[in-house]
Amino acid sequence: MDILRISDLRIGFTIHGLAREVVKGVSLRVPAGKTVALVGESGSGKSVISQAIMGLLPRAGAITGGEILFRDPLAPQSTIDIAALPSEGSEIRALRGGRIGMIFQEPMSSLSPVHTIGNQIEEALLLHRPMPKREARGLIETMLGRVGFKDPARAFGLYSFELSGGLRQRAMLAMALICQPALLIADEPTTALDVTIQAQVLDLMRELQAEMGMAILLITHDLGVVANMADEVVVIFHGEIMERGPVEDIFRRPRHPYLKALLKASPHFDMEEGERLVALREARPRPPAAVRAPVPAAETAKAAPLLSVRDLRKTYTTGSRSFFGKGTLSSVLAVDDVSFDIRRGECLGLVGESGCGKTTVSKIIMRAVTPDSGRITFDDGREKVDVLSLEGEALRAFRPRVQMIFQDPVSSLSPRMTVMNILREPLAIHDRGSGRDQTTRVKALMQDVGLDVRFLNRYPHSFSGGQRQRIGIARALALDPDLIICDEPVSALDVSVQAQILNLLKDLQAERGLTFLFISHNLAVVNYMADRIAVMANGRIVEIAPRHALFARPVHPYTRALLRSVPYADLDRKLDFKLAAPGGASDASQWSPVFQRDPEGEALAHLPLGDGHFVLARPGADIREFA
Amino acid sequence: MLLKYILKRILVMIPTLLITSALIFTVINLPEGDYFETLAAEMQAQGEKADLSRIEFLKKEYGFDRPPIERYFWWVTGLLQGDMGYSFEYQRPVREIVGDRLLLTIVVSFFTIIFTWVVAFPIGIYSATHQYSWGDYGLTFIGLIGLAVPHFLLALVFMYFANVWFGTSIGGLVDPQYLNQPWSWAKVRSVLEHLWIPVIIIGAGGTAGMIRAVRANLLDELQKQYYVTARAKGLPPGKALRKYPLRMSLNFFVSDIGDILPSIVSGAEIVAIVLSLQTTGPLLIRALQSQDMYLAGSFLMFLSFLTVIGVLISDIALAVLDPRIRLQGAATK
Repeated sequence: MDILRISDLRIGFTIHGLAREVVKGVSLRVPAGKTVALVGESGSGKSVISQAIMGLLPRAGAITGGEILFRDPLAPQSTIDIAALPSEGSEIRALRGGRIGMIFQEPMSSLSPVHTIGNQIEEALLLHRPMPKREARGLIETMLGRVGFKDPARAFGLYSFELSGGLRQRAMLAMALICQPALLIADEPTTALDVTIQAQVLDLMRELQAEMGMAILLITHDLGVVANMADEVVVIFHGEIMERGPVEDIFRRPRHPYLKALLKASPHFDMEEGERLVALREARPRPPAAVRAPVPAAETAKAAPLLSVRDLRKTYTTGSRSFFGKGTLSSVLAVDDVSFDIRRGECLGLVGESGCGKTTVSKIIMRAVTPDSGRITFDDGREKVDVLSLEGEALRAFRPRVQMIFQDPVSSLSPRMTVMNILREPLAIHDRGSGRDQTTRVKALMQDVGLDVRFLNRYPHSFSGGQRQRIGIARALALDPDLIICDEPVSALDVSVQAQILNLLKDLQAERGLTFLFISHNLAVVNYMADRIAVMANGRIVEIAPRHALFARPVHPYTRALLRSVPYADLDRKLDFKLAAPGGASDASQWSPVFQRDPEGEALAHLPLGDGHFVLARPGADIREFA
Repeated sequence: MLLKYILKRILVMIPTLLITSALIFTVINLPEGDYFETLAAEMQAQGEKADLSRIEFLKKEYGFDRPPIERYFWWVTGLLQGDMGYSFEYQRPVREIVGDRLLLTIVVSFFTIIFTWVVAFPIGIYSATHQYSWGDYGLTFIGLIGLAVPHFLLALVFMYFANVWFGTSIGGLVDPQYLNQPWSWAKVRSVLEHLWIPVIIIGAGGTAGMIRAVRANLLDELQKQYYVTARAKGLPPGKALRKYPLRMSLNFFVSDIGDILPSIVSGAEIVAIVLSLQTTGPLLIRALQSQDMYLAGSFLMFLSFLTVIGVLISDIALAVLDPRIRLQGAATK
């Protein structure tokens, strides 16, 4: 039996008097108790379809044709056409939250920050199943325990900002499922989560599905998640269904070129050395950038590293600081004895879950955050600079040498400046050349990153995410830096655009001999970009190795857990959900004792495994057995 | 936790008020001369003979031959004991002059704030939920007119039409027979009868601004994901709106209380003169003109005190309203 049957659905949006059809005759079905994945890029109309099912289309949007038939397993004789219901009527409201639950991508913003978790779940429950508050409280606490809260009674009174991202999404699940809906719509439910947490949440969804017998409509762009979760797959592109069928057919025999291209555009671990990602749509061809005098390879191997970081340590103090100094202070060691080198022309990947300290390290290198102790030496072959001791004019002169590309292409560009102003600002600050020189330079930069110089007078809002990230890259290149820190540069972008940006970064690196510190939580992306990879957990680098060694022979349990949690877009390598540690992969108490700090013995040390491969373990431990 | 927070906030008020008092004292003492010199000059300009020896005596009597620092300390210690000083012009203690007027000022301000909120919130909510509708445009237009017309002009227009249409004079806050009378029920009723006109006039601009603010804030909040979540639970739109976006947009207005108090009190001064209201505004302006420094200074100090209290109230209300401030309030460094 099909819970949901959508046929020939058409949805139009009217913006500034212009009508545009964004969903063009989509048909799909969701069988009872099964998971159907709706796959597509942003803007493909997949979220709009989910909004239409919930009757929550934005005011500018309207269903212009077709039907959405919902058949409740509790009342199988009757079907309801959601498309025909008035959008704020009592019938659709009874379905919403009652029979159809929904969870969203951003668990932080999906929960109200000023109401407790319990209050928000209780509201959903009492709305559809009126009952005494005490009884409701019992049900809610059972549910909170079921989705993985260790102390449900306490969780009831917590606010969303007191929870980690994974727990927030669990609370959302509890809220969506409290009324035992027949259908759960999950809109990119794990996109904002770390891989290990993602594996846990996906596992939880599967378990709850088996228990409650609900159907899931899973909306995602991640084919790895699809391969591990879905029974049926629907691929959507520009509001039209490209391909649909059982997951076996889709992955083993993709017929439509779009799906084939989608599979090729996402980086994966089986890529050949030097294999390039194939972007879905090739970006504007771009003339190769002016090649800087390349540094001979032999020289780089022997030369001192461009950047050498030693024993960095940074503590953050949180908690209430009372007016007179006393108070409940707690300090968090965000960066703990971090040391690494980056050689000229190399790309060092820095991987770890959110909160592991990787961004703090990048900020310390940028001199935006002052560490408690440690040393950073920057050596461009002409002179050695002690980065942390720079002051005043010397620091100002050093700043252009290290530039940064940010994660969020929307908030990292000022909406009130034109592209010309944005790209010119660094040149103006550092007084590079005359006005005319600067304009010429800006135009050259635009070409380097594959943007049309005619765009210079536009404001950032008129660009797509990928184009904005190109502007961000151009800005980082403006001052000809030696080192560029890329902080999650593609995690906010679609798969296809991600491929374009990664390729652009690779090309620029090759043409200009750039050095990258590439920070990401996405192992596949780091695998594609980096020469060497450092894995960070709880503020420490637990393993550092050349790329192929790390992926072929991971030693540290944290690295292994990370690698194990990555969902492959491959039906033969499904995730083993049960392997994830209860507290997440960074829970040190789950690691083998040799990787834990010995309370009495010596501090942990980086033990060599040969070929530049080091792992953090107890000195003298025989780590070969783990290799 | 909350108590500690309140205590902390009250402690912070002490240095704030000290600095304010020093500033007020300095600014009032900045112009050349003092009250007595101004008085002598005025008398001479009017052709009267000033009794210079008497002025010398008064100057000495009030400590004007002492260095300003010393006078400042006298003033502040007086204030702490509830002694607001002596007005030279009225020849009476400041407290006596200001007393009644302060009460009236507070009454007018209070009702103005209530009026502003009661009118602005429903209109703002309507405008936000019916964005770009004719109702939204119409109300926006009226609001902009309210924002653009100066208070005193509105007051004059009101007075004119009240006279033409009703044949009454709406000046003043009480009927003339109650002026300088002790408070009685009849006087209170008379005040309430007169109150609505200044409240509307003084509140007009603020209301228009507030409508724009409510609309903009609510439009922002309506885009937020948690509002979609609330509706996805099946909440009716009105209830979802009240519980989530409206609650969130309240933060802005609560934190604004501290600013509203002084701006209404000072913004009302010219209107008060035009309408000859017995509030404190005209008194302050006159006192500043004549350099009647204890009257002006003590009065300004009182206003600053009100402001600081307003900020305190809004901070406490915010902490009660928003758990993020209550639980994460302490800054991370």
